[in-house]
Amino acid sequence: MQKILNALSSAWDATTESQVWKSIFRHGAVSSNRNRVLVMMSNVFLHLHPVKSRKAGIKLRYTWCMGGITFFLFLVLTFTGLLLMFYYRPTVEYAYADIIDLGEHVPLGVMREIHRWGAHAMVITVWLHMFRVFMTGSYKPPREFNWGVGVILLVLTLLLSFTGYLLPWDQLAIWAITVGSNMARATPLLGTEGPLTAALKLGDINIINAGNDARFALLGARSVGENTLLRFYVLHCVGLPLAAALLMAVHFWRVRKDGGISGPM
Amino acid sequence: MELFKNLINWASGPTVLFTLATVAFVLSLKYTQIWSKKVAYLGFVVMTAFYFLSMFDPNFYLIVAKPDNVPITFVLFLVAFFTWYSLYQGVENDKRIAVGEEVLEKQEQEKVWVWPDLVYTELLCMVLLSIGLMVWSILLDAPLEQPANPADSPNPSKAPWYFLGLQEMLVYFDPWLAGVVFPTLIVVGLMVIPYIDTNPKGNGYFTLKERKAEIAIFLYGFLILWVLLVISGTFLRGPNWNFFGPYEYWDQHRVEPLLNVNVSDFFWVQLLNRPLPSNPFLREFLGVILTVVYVGVLPVLMARPKDKLPGFLKWASLHGYYERMGSARYYVGVSLFLLMMSLPIKMYLRWAFNLKYIVAFPEIFFNI
Repeated sequence: MQKILNALSSAWDATTESQVWKSIFRHGAVSSNRNRVLVMMSNVFLHLHPVKSRKAGIKLRYTWCMGGITFFLFLVLTFTGLLLMFYYRPTVEYAYADIIDLGEHVPLGVMREIHRWGAHAMVITVWLHMFRVFMTGSYKPPREFNWGVGVILLVLTLLLSFTGYLLPWDQLAIWAITVGSNMARATPLLGTEGPLTAALKLGDINIINAGNDARFALLGARSVGENTLLRFYVLHCVGLPLAAALLMAVHFWRVRKDGGISGPM
Repeated sequence: MELFKNLINWASGPTVLFTLATVAFVLSLKYTQIWSKKVAYLGFVVMTAFYFLSMFDPNFYLIVAKPDNVPITFVLFLVAFFTWYSLYQGVENDKRIAVGEEVLEKQEQEKVWVWPDLVYTELLCMVLLSIGLMVWSILLDAPLEQPANPADSPNPSKAPWYFLGLQEMLVYFDPWLAGVVFPTLIVVGLMVIPYIDTNPKGNGYFTLKERKAEIAIFLYGFLILWVLLVISGTFLRGPNWNFFGPYEYWDQHRVEPLLNVNVSDFFWVQLLNRPLPSNPFLREFLGVILTVVYVGVLPVLMARPKDKLPGFLKWASLHGYYERMGSARYYVGVSLFLLMMSLPIKMYLRWAFNLKYIVAFPEIFFNI
């Protein structure tokens, strides 16, 4: 037993003293204060954190870790989403069949499950994060702007979930999107059945009709179909995640710049 | 047993449930001692027992165990828990403030190393969450129904669950309000909160007493007008968006008589006993006046001091807020608040008088 432990220990030492290891981790074991600083400074992911933080602020009973959990879920969804994109084709012909294949023919096919349940969970954790921030008054000066960024991130989360809802191309999907997008038809001035839209006329011709109103812009068609699927797919996989990632960068940056995790003055 | 089920079915009806929830909400902010550990344990046991026992009812099981409805059960338990947790900590802090002690967050001001104190917590959260998510994914398949068929609309057709609060609003408002204007106002309203809330207290710690009005308004919007409507929209709205109790079978053929009348009907037909005028502006003049008074005149009146208001409006004076907030903040805040309250007002008008529209210009899709 002792021999094995000794061997493991010397193997560990050999690894951490090798040129490769040292080229990756620019500091020794994180057991001295100097290295506790270096680990935050030299790691691009950890450097989102400060080196030190108030003890009360990082307590689980204060933050509920909800923002962190939300970010982690975003990463999980990005990763599983990437894997799903290998198999899924956003066309009316293939979409549904590809979803079936994902469950039945792809080894370890729980990626769609993780993606879907993770997405539901993310909506809930965003709500709870926001709820916590409100209940601790953390939106108050100097954090007003970051609360606004957070509200946009909430909207983006809901839009991400909404666009993803269509992709399985089953009854649940198209009818949920139909119900949701029918609302756009009632946009004032911009929807065919919206208030005041009828006032927009050139001579006798309505400027806004079912072929160019807000709903048409959303669906790319007069009803949920091939164009909608492509449009939602591109938004879901590229447009919205990029926007969310950008705003998350702003959000995290501002958490630090506005004085770190909030606390009593 | 049947009696109990009928009682629950009755209590889940939109009118009763909404009223009960509102009353419980107001009482819970008045008698804050209920935000204690004992009540939390009791609430958890009761909720879990209710869920567990109800699962034996086939109608309840059918709806609640539907894969895409499972997250709503999480919403129910998590929102209940965290509401309790935040108010429990708020009430504890209020007790400390009352006897001149520091709030809990004010202790432990010393700085600690983020490695290990924070990164280990984060790692643990990540590991537990990953395990939880994998177990959930292995146990429960993601829902997949029949292939999309544009010719066959299911009944009920529901939006994704997080938009069901908006879909529920469609019962009381037209799509341009419920689907476009109100969602926009919710987003705008949330974003302006930090700029209209001038109370400097309660920044960075849980409290209830020091920010009672803000918390009451926010919680009312979040818990009653959002989460409650999402949950009832998921579990209690069946075919044709009719209401069904949790133990009721979703009967596709149930017909609910709708005898909805507009303000113009009340005024011209029922009060004056005449046919509706053909001029739409004359027809709708009362509704237009009511609406303008509500969104335009009421905020101005409420800004005035008590002694300058007529007797029946004295209680509504917000002069103190007007003085403290300044006119811009006051008008934005009060307008948003009144628009938020227009939902419960319209709900009760519907339930009490079958009122459909206050203003109805179907000619230009402008109905309120």
